[in-house]
Amino acid sequence: MNPANYLILSALLFTIGAVGVLLRRNAIVVFMCVELMLNAANLTLVTFSRINGTLDGQIIAFFVMVVAAAEVVIGLAVILTIFRTRRSASVDDVNLLKY
Amino acid sequence: MNAAILVQAAGEFTRTSGGEAATFWVLAPVAVLAALGMVLARSAVHGALLLVVNLFCLAVFYLLQDAPFLGFVQIIVYTGAIMVLFLFVLMLVGVDSADSLVETLRGQRMAAIVLGAGFAGLLVFPIGGVISGTKAAGLAAANNGGNIQAIARLLFTDYVFAFEIVSALLIIAAVGAMILAHRERAGGKITQKEMLRRRFAAGGPVTPVPGPGVYARPQAADVTPALPPASDDPGHPGDSGDSAGGDADSPHPVGAGKGAAR
Amino acid sequence: MSTVPMSRVPTHPAAVPMVTRYAMPHEPHYASATGIFSVMWLLLVLPLAGAAILLLGGRRTNRWGHLLATAAAATSFVVALLLFFALLGRSGDDRAVSQHLFSWIPVNSFQVDAGLLFDQLSALFVLLITGVGTLIHVYSIGYMAHDPARRKFFAYMNLFLASMLLLVLGDNFLVLYAGWELVGLSSYLLIKFWEDRPAAATAANKAFYMNRVGDVGLALAVMFMFATVGSTNFDTVFGAAAAGVIGYGTLTAIALLLLLGACGKSGQFPLQAWLPDAMEGPTPISALIHAATMVTAGVYLIARANPIFTETQAARTVVVIIGAGTILIGCVIGCAYDDIKKVLAYSTVSQIGYMFLAVGLGPAGYALGIMHLLAHGFFKAGLFLGAGSVIHAMNDEQDMRKYGALWRLMPVTWATFGICYLAIIGFPPLSGFFTKDKIIEAAFDKGGTSGYLLGSAALLGAGITAFYMTRLFLMTFHGERRWSDKGPRAVHPHESPRVMTGPMIPLAIGAAVAGGLFVLGGSVQNWLAPVVGESAEEGVHTMSPVVLTALTLLVAAGGFAGAYLRYQLRPVEAVAPPDAEVGLVTVAARHDLYANTFNEAVFMRPGQYATRFLVWLDTVGVDGAVRGSAAAVGGLSGRLRRTQTGFVRSYALSMLGGAVLVVGALYLVKVG
Repeated sequence: MNPANYLILSALLFTIGAVGVLLRRNAIVVFMCVELMLNAANLTLVTFSRINGTLDGQIIAFFVMVVAAAEVVIGLAVILTIFRTRRSASVDDVNLLKY
Repeated sequence: MNAAILVQAAGEFTRTSGGEAATFWVLAPVAVLAALGMVLARSAVHGALLLVVNLFCLAVFYLLQDAPFLGFVQIIVYTGAIMVLFLFVLMLVGVDSADSLVETLRGQRMAAIVLGAGFAGLLVFPIGGVISGTKAAGLAAANNGGNIQAIARLLFTDYVFAFEIVSALLIIAAVGAMILAHRERAGGKITQKEMLRRRFAAGGPVTPVPGPGVYARPQAADVTPALPPASDDPGHPGDSGDSAGGDADSPHPVGAGKGAAR
Repeated sequence: MSTVPMSRVPTHPAAVPMVTRYAMPHEPHYASATGIFSVMWLLLVLPLAGAAILLLGGRRTNRWGHLLATAAAATSFVVALLLFFALLGRSGDDRAVSQHLFSWIPVNSFQVDAGLLFDQLSALFVLLITGVGTLIHVYSIGYMAHDPARRKFFAYMNLFLASMLLLVLGDNFLVLYAGWELVGLSSYLLIKFWEDRPAAATAANKAFYMNRVGDVGLALAVMFMFATVGSTNFDTVFGAAAAGVIGYGTLTAIALLLLLGACGKSGQFPLQAWLPDAMEGPTPISALIHAATMVTAGVYLIARANPIFTETQAARTVVVIIGAGTILIGCVIGCAYDDIKKVLAYSTVSQIGYMFLAVGLGPAGYALGIMHLLAHGFFKAGLFLGAGSVIHAMNDEQDMRKYGALWRLMPVTWATFGICYLAIIGFPPLSGFFTKDKIIEAAFDKGGTSGYLLGSAALLGAGITAFYMTRLFLMTFHGERRWSDKGPRAVHPHESPRVMTGPMIPLAIGAAVAGGLFVLGGSVQNWLAPVVGESAEEGVHTMSPVVLTALTLLVAAGGFAGAYLRYQLRPVEAVAPPDAEVGLVTVAARHDLYANTFNEAVFMRPGQYATRFLVWLDTVGVDGAVRGSAAAVGGLSGRLRRTQTGFVRSYALSMLGGAVLVVGALYLVKVG
């Protein structure tokens, strides 16, 4: 099977994630969309690894997963902290830093 | 051991025939639909569950592409740990805060959809067209001796510094999360006496309230339990003379009363 | 035009090859520094290190800073003495030793090396600077004892010593220029040492500005040299000048520009106005910088550049006119002031006029100018230190009309001041008698009408010098007491401490004997001959030297007698008579012969108008453009600012837009 199909799938998933980030206001959902984008990128990496015949892509995907885990931990802690003080998980409520 | 055999069997199956294509064409729509569902789902919990579906599909794709290690890590770490973390936080924040899907920023939704479509179009059509004729070199040679062993070899030789740095990053993230989530106690520790005083000051029921479904508010034996509520308002407790500050709209007055007393 | 044979320039047949645009037929060659001379750099570095330690060390060095500075100066003097005696031990032609320090400006064809040159001329200057400098350091220990900023004072003094040594030791014009600017800086710092006095701050600024005028001249001269010869090294430039490679016009331009620099630094007409104001600085500074060393840098410059001046008659004519004119200007103004330091300052102006006159006479006079410079260094430093001692005793009173009859109370000051005073008016056999007499003689010997005019000016100057110096001496130490030890303005004059009188004694001895040592047997003239050329041959005199000497003495005696009659036999008013009661000349002299008025009218006012015009142009044109564009940017950003909504989703949207653009561009470039 042509590996380009995986790439196209990954592009679609990435776009869906990006649009989700733009559309959703719940910080947790936004975060899940970001995770989707990361996973789409991972799929690309794995596919390229297969196309190139080396394992470096898989290694990088592995690192992406680790970093994503770290990011989730911190991000959710931040969301939780904001929620505690503002009683809201909406990203639109956090808009003090503006003109 | 069992897993390795399983992976090998799956690999044999998918590579030798049109099995891979079949699996792909079944799971790819599922993945896309799950992703779309996650974005569109009103409830965050539904979104999380749909993301789990999506991640499972991706794990299968990893397995299909000779990356069994990543596939299982995906299942264990992502769908296992990270998504549980998401759900945990969702529960902490409150599941009932379902998003209204009404857009508040003017033009945001339109612009997002147009840009997203343009982005996808740019990625899929021209670039996809260019690489469509690509032949995969395959990982048979690289995975010779086992995918996990090969990855481990690379990880501890070429990528050892990146690996160490990433491990440091994980530690820092763990410590950072603890610091962020840690709450300083503003006053002294609340004593039992103080807690009691607060409960009385709140003016609600001071005794523990009964569980759901029990309509008797006072638990004393000399008070007759109230009858089930009137048929026109099934969610409302029968004793309308109750002065307890329950939420009139709440389907679970007892739970609400308990919450108010806290 | 040049009456001196070409071989006057010290030459060696085996000249080292030089990177110049011209082939030099004759090139002076300096021996490289070996043996004892390899420590030449210590001369500079010792005072520089002293200054650095004192300035960087801060308050920690308050207690011993002045001792360290004095020790640095004294050690530098010892090194100078050692080098001088080592130089004595060499043969006449071999007495120019140069030390290469480092490559300073290596730019393609523009190669400047920082190097030192210790020859007969700079040796004398180094001895004068370090010797007098050390004495004045010692004096300052006493004079500045109660000043809270004494450490800073000594740091600046050391900085000045280092700069002045760099000036006289540099082996090319660029190093000389660096020293030239650095002495200007130290002079500025020391004039405004008491910067809380507005007069001192203004005087420092004035000195700095007027020096700048001269410095521009020197800088242009150096650029001219580089443009024509391709080098700024003394030997290359002088070799080219002597060989006639440089055209007469260019040479004259260079010489006149050098002269402008010299006039600025030495307080010569028309740039003399800053020097009297510089007396706002502490008195030791007046003695060291504004009498003995820095202000004579102009004379050094002309003497050093003698191969250039020798070749251009026109420039030398300007030099002698400036010299003779400044003699008279300084003398006349000196008669009118009552401020003891201002009188001495104008005396300095006029004495440097003598030196200019001498060096302007060409090969006949270079050595005479240097001799008078050295003798002047002794007696004028002595006079200033004596004046400082008197001012110290009189509670910082500088008006001579408030002095009188101090000689019994301050015997040491009186005696040393008296010797220096006799030396400056040319009382035989003290130094001024020999050196000034020689200059007057050389001026007459120039021959022709110009010789008579210059000689007469110098002679007249000697008479007026005797008059005003006698006036100063009598008003200060003799006559009636015009001060009181009682009442609200009581003073209690006393002899200064030994640390102050001590340095005055060697200076007085120097003032007494230096001139004789220099002149008798032609010792300095012979010593300097390899650098500045042989003096005019004896025997061709316009006027018999004996007659001329007698005439000079007679004129000086006349000046003395006039002052004695006026200021000793008749009482001196304690308050100066108002302008209406004195003659026209006195009024003019009291106003510095309207030099400041002239400068203000001719240079300052037009400058101010030009500045105002430029300010207007700047406000309307440049500022208009700048402010306009700033306002445009401000307005635009005020609008752009609105895109910063604070909504993270808007930002994410623009990020996605950027990503679309990037992918689109990538597509166009790589794929399409």
